[in-house]
Amino acid sequence: MAATSERTVSVWQDKVQARVKIAGSGPALVYLHSGYGLVWDDFLDLLARDFTVYAPEHPGTSAGLPDAVKPLDDVWDLALFYDELFDRLGLQSAAVVGHSFGGMVAAELAASARHRVGKLVLIDSLGLWRDDTPIKNYMVMAQADVEPLLFHDRTHPARKHIFANFEDADSVVRLMWALACTGKFIWPLPDKGLRKRIHRIAAPTLIIWGRHDGLTPAVYAEEFARLIPNSKTELVEAAAHMAPMEQPGAVAKLVRDFIKG
Amino acid sequence: MKISMFHLMPYRELPADFERRYHSVWVDPPFWELADPEKVGQYYNWTLDELIHAARCGMDGICVNEHHQNAYGFMPSPNVMGSVLARATNGMNTAIVQMGATLPTTNPPIRVAEEYAMLDCISGGRLVAGMPLGSPMDVNLCYGISPIEQRERYYEAHDLILKAWQSREIFAWNGKYFQLPMVNLWPRPIQSPYPPVWVPGSGSLSTWDFSARHDHCYCFLSYYGNNVGKKIMDGFWEFVSKTGLEPNPYRAGFLQLVAVSETDARAEQEYFPHIRYFYDKCLHIAPELLAIPGHQDYRSLVHSVKNINPDQAQLMMQVPNWKYRDFVENQFVIAGSPATVRDQLMAAVKKLRVGNLMVLLHIGSMPHELTLKNIELFAREVMPHFRTVWDDEGWANNWWPRRLRENGARTASPAKHPNA
Repeated sequence: MAATSERTVSVWQDKVQARVKIAGSGPALVYLHSGYGLVWDDFLDLLARDFTVYAPEHPGTSAGLPDAVKPLDDVWDLALFYDELFDRLGLQSAAVVGHSFGGMVAAELAASARHRVGKLVLIDSLGLWRDDTPIKNYMVMAQADVEPLLFHDRTHPARKHIFANFEDADSVVRLMWALACTGKFIWPLPDKGLRKRIHRIAAPTLIIWGRHDGLTPAVYAEEFARLIPNSKTELVEAAAHMAPMEQPGAVAKLVRDFIKG
Repeated sequence: MKISMFHLMPYRELPADFERRYHSVWVDPPFWELADPEKVGQYYNWTLDELIHAARCGMDGICVNEHHQNAYGFMPSPNVMGSVLARATNGMNTAIVQMGATLPTTNPPIRVAEEYAMLDCISGGRLVAGMPLGSPMDVNLCYGISPIEQRERYYEAHDLILKAWQSREIFAWNGKYFQLPMVNLWPRPIQSPYPPVWVPGSGSLSTWDFSARHDHCYCFLSYYGNNVGKKIMDGFWEFVSKTGLEPNPYRAGFLQLVAVSETDARAEQEYFPHIRYFYDKCLHIAPELLAIPGHQDYRSLVHSVKNINPDQAQLMMQVPNWKYRDFVENQFVIAGSPATVRDQLMAAVKKLRVGNLMVLLHIGSMPHELTLKNIELFAREVMPHFRTVWDDEGWANNWWPRRLRENGARTASPAKHPNA
């Protein structure tokens, strides 16, 4: 695992203490995590070989800072919050990679603070809604029902990051609270108007999707591609919604080639 | 003490294999497969008749509540039921206990203030204003409120309602969740400064704290009887003592399932199928719908995850195999002859230190006639023995409509009407 450092910076009239994990060297890459909270895994290790990876923890999901989510109420607050966070981290602009919930936040940031996002990568992203393919509410599903939507390989070791071990109270609290704090911005449906704003995204965009994504099926990759002017799409084999966890090598290579290319 | 009859208004005729065939009794049971609107109409009318019968038999109060999208108890608007009950019980000393309209989902919340004020006016000042936070199924799933904001919305709605009832001036409300330019409630409640407020809860620290801060009555609503309830209520009374409040038993409410017949044996014969139906079917709630991330605030989440009681979890696992005897021995249901029920209920009330008791006298699939019998036996043979339980300690029931506080006092009907 790459040597990661941690910074806690004060944002939003000092009401939010934001914790950011940082590793690697090279051009800046900001990674926004899914609703299950930040997991520093093989995927981020691989990216840290070529980039300085900044991985902020969504407000409220950091250990010891459960109330940091309170001063932020909607995606507009959240986009402005990240705009400020870039300043605090000394970043003018960066490549921004977002997965699932983080993809929706990345897209909102790219549509509102356009100068911040040099290149945009959306991986199995939330943020759009199609009536013909309703997105299931993963926050209220039994593990047996949600697992096949998230993982193509139902024995994959990365499952441990997503499904709480009920013997370990801390892991239950951490996962429940991560879902609660991210859920605040997508409840009851993960559509908060991105469709109205998505045309403003100016950054070259790569859309990466697990071919077997059962939560946001691949039809959503087509939808993002249709709505983002300068975009292309790559499907990842043998992966579902948690593609960066399930196929870290393949997804990291796509990200690296796109951002460096 | 005061004893009120609680009614859930469940669907009384679910199929025998319901809990094996369907995912959950709440949120997603398919209406057209399981229910018939004509029958539902009959159930609503029976429910009203049963509660009115309870009032006529001398019960101190009658309770309805709000739930959505389920067969467990579906009065989506408790105030529609409450208005019928208020009108039909005019001239009686029965409190109209609304347990009640769910605050975070009623938008704007002054709707609750208005409807409760209407009920207080119609009933001549007999309203108890229940202020539930709402279950995660109802509030987060059926009504789409973000779980992590539910409690904040509740607090804001509560403050707005209390201010709307009392303010002499027209005011603007610039809240986080609700903005109203000119609040000037018509009508206002008869009870001054406002009707007694009861806060139903399930043992969460935050709800104790809230009830204490506002001096409301805290009601622990559980179907797991007074043995399980004892642990929660001990915690509550310890909290009350630490907070420096008086240990007035009337600041606590508790719900108990009760079934009375002529003899113990007859009670088993008459009530057991309905008790089974209630625990098997009415409480067949998919566990993931009960534990929605964010429904509990962080402090309560940590507390509940770290204090899982393995004995209680073990107990709950066994319920599907329970015989009648097990339900009674574990006190989930207090059932039997009048003498049995009297003795056990008295012990329960004393050990929980509860002054405002609610009894669920209609259970699951209980038919109308049997419900009327349970009500009559309870009101005639059991309830009179409880009137003076706490009198020797000298407390006043500050959480009961003032006009009904004196035992045996008669209230004037606010308006004469032909059926009164």
